[in-house]
Amino acid sequence: MTEQPAIETLGLVKRFGATTALSGVDLRVPAGAVLGLLGPNGAGKTTAVRILTTLIRPDGGHARVTGLDVVRQAGAVRRAIGLSGQFAAVDGYLTGRENLVMIGRLSGLRRVAAKRRAADLLELFDLTDRAGRTVRTYSGGMRRRLDVAAALVAAPAVLVLDEPTTGLDPRARLGLWRLLGELTARGTTVLLTTQYLEEADRLADQIVVLDRGQVIATGTAEQLKNRVGGGRLELRTRPGDDPALLAAAMTGLGSATPTVDADAGLVVVPVADGPGVLPDVAARLAAAGLRVSDLALRRPSLDDVFLALTGRPTTTPFVGSSR
Amino acid sequence: MTTGGADLVRMPGAGRLPADTATVTGRNLRRLVRVPTLIAFATAQPVMFVLLFTYAWGGAIHPPGVTTYIDYALPGIWVLAIAFGASQTGVAIADDLTTGMIDRFRALPMARAAVLAGRVTADAVRNLFVLVLMTGVAYAIGFRFHAGPAAALTAIGLALAVGVAFSWIFALLGLLVRDPESAGIGGLLAVIPLIFTSSTFVPVATFPGWLQAFAKVNPITVTVDALRALCLGGPTSAYVWHALAWIGVLLAVAIPAAVIRYRPAVGRQRPA
Ligand SMILES: Nc1ncnc2c1ncn2[C@@H]1O[C@H](COP(=O)(O)OP(=O)(O)O)[C@@H](O)[C@H]1O
Ligand SMILES: [Mg+2]
Repeated sequence: MTEQPAIETLGLVKRFGATTALSGVDLRVPAGAVLGLLGPNGAGKTTAVRILTTLIRPDGGHARVTGLDVVRQAGAVRRAIGLSGQFAAVDGYLTGRENLVMIGRLSGLRRVAAKRRAADLLELFDLTDRAGRTVRTYSGGMRRRLDVAAALVAAPAVLVLDEPTTGLDPRARLGLWRLLGELTARGTTVLLTTQYLEEADRLADQIVVLDRGQVIATGTAEQLKNRVGGGRLELRTRPGDDPALLAAAMTGLGSATPTVDADAGLVVVPVADGPGVLPDVAARLAAAGLRVSDLALRRPSLDDVFLALTGRPTTTPFVGSSR
Repeated sequence: MTTGGADLVRMPGAGRLPADTATVTGRNLRRLVRVPTLIAFATAQPVMFVLLFTYAWGGAIHPPGVTTYIDYALPGIWVLAIAFGASQTGVAIADDLTTGMIDRFRALPMARAAVLAGRVTADAVRNLFVLVLMTGVAYAIGFRFHAGPAAALTAIGLALAVGVAFSWIFALLGLLVRDPESAGIGGLLAVIPLIFTSSTFVPVATFPGWLQAFAKVNPITVTVDALRALCLGGPTSAYVWHALAWIGVLLAVAIPAAVIRYRPAVGRQRPA
């Protein structure tokens, strides 16, 4: 018998009226692994999270967390999971410490244990300085950190994070990534949803791409990027120069022919190998006697993955409620 | 699990309702003394009711059997303040729904009824404070209990019991409408007509006949009459039993309905 996965879903289906939020989703997260559930707004990420955390009931299929059925053994599942939902749910009129102690008590910890646990987590999440202030005075990043800390209070076997860095500024995002990286390095099983390929790449061992309630790709970040063809090189001509000359000079450089945006003076070259092409780019520019006003290497984003996998951009009508 | 929690001591899953209710009550009481609107609802508003009704209406209304209007009015003003306060219960529950707080609670292995019970308990504590505050202010401007300390304490206890019943009803309302603003407006729309078609401010006998029929069965009339009897003296037990029966009926309907409504979509816990 193989080891029991921490999370397993089979043919998960959920409908909201005429909307099918999930249509047959299979997931499998081994114990200690980090799964990134990647998809645009409305893909069904939160719906999957809410089923796994017993907040809603699936219309079809099965979901198990540490071997426990989320419908028939909901109470036991709640003891196994920690949830940090899409919007930070901490009480603004309690202090950071009071929030964590409250969640600890409601998770079944005795008073002393809840207090000690709160202190440890405040330290780990770099919130000790502000632990005695009401959460209303926190920045978005601090609120999010507290919310993730609240999900960890009862030391759950499985941590579920729904878009943990959406809405954070880049600095707060980096800070949270570092913390989550430390957590996952210690072996916590995590299911993480995100709209950012970079985030999944950074934190997850395995990525599942969700689109309109269906899994459209599974693999490591590397495998997904390879399917997209890596990143792209963007070169901008100097004002007045002909971008076609630049494009001609770069032909044969990347994995596909360069595209030219003449109005913007922009030449885009898909490149599999990222920074590895830079020496060749410099050599080609020198050989052709060309100069550029700007050069950028863009890493592939969810949009690129989507375009490659579905042939449509992520911006098609996916404006659902963001519950 | 390896985030330093391996040695955490957990309490058994069963019988968690009292402990969880106490935790949620503590959270709500903290909010009561920190959220400005809640402080106002618990202090300025009740005091204002006592002063306004006494000085603005007291000169014009002379109910039979009392020498000062405040003696007649205070039991009604208690119920008024408690009913308005209870409408805030619905607002708070709807607020916890929209901020995701209740989702967080629902995903915890806590006693299901504790979020609502903790809300109602905190409201009862607030009501006790409000009742004592209003009575103190009323005393300063001439109110007196006329039936002795035991009746006075019974009156306070009965007022608290009415508050608990109202809080459960408004908790149910908050769960049904899910939106704090609608819960607030819905609360006022429910409270105001019931108050004004009751014996809160004026004797029911002054109403037109068709309204008297309704006013006599209005639970607010029933409780205000019982409280008034306990404050003014005279025969009380029939009034009090009538009020207790009403409170029992309201609780018997509102508690199960609210708890069922609160239940997470995935229920029937059957731990492995
Ligand atoms: N409670 C709900 N009622 C109606 N439709 C919903 C509800 N929750 C989600 N949906 C719909 O289900 C789809 C998936 O939503 P969601 O799981 O929130 O996606 P994501 O989290 O990936 O943005 C969307 O079309 C959304 O509008
Ligand atoms: Mg979502």
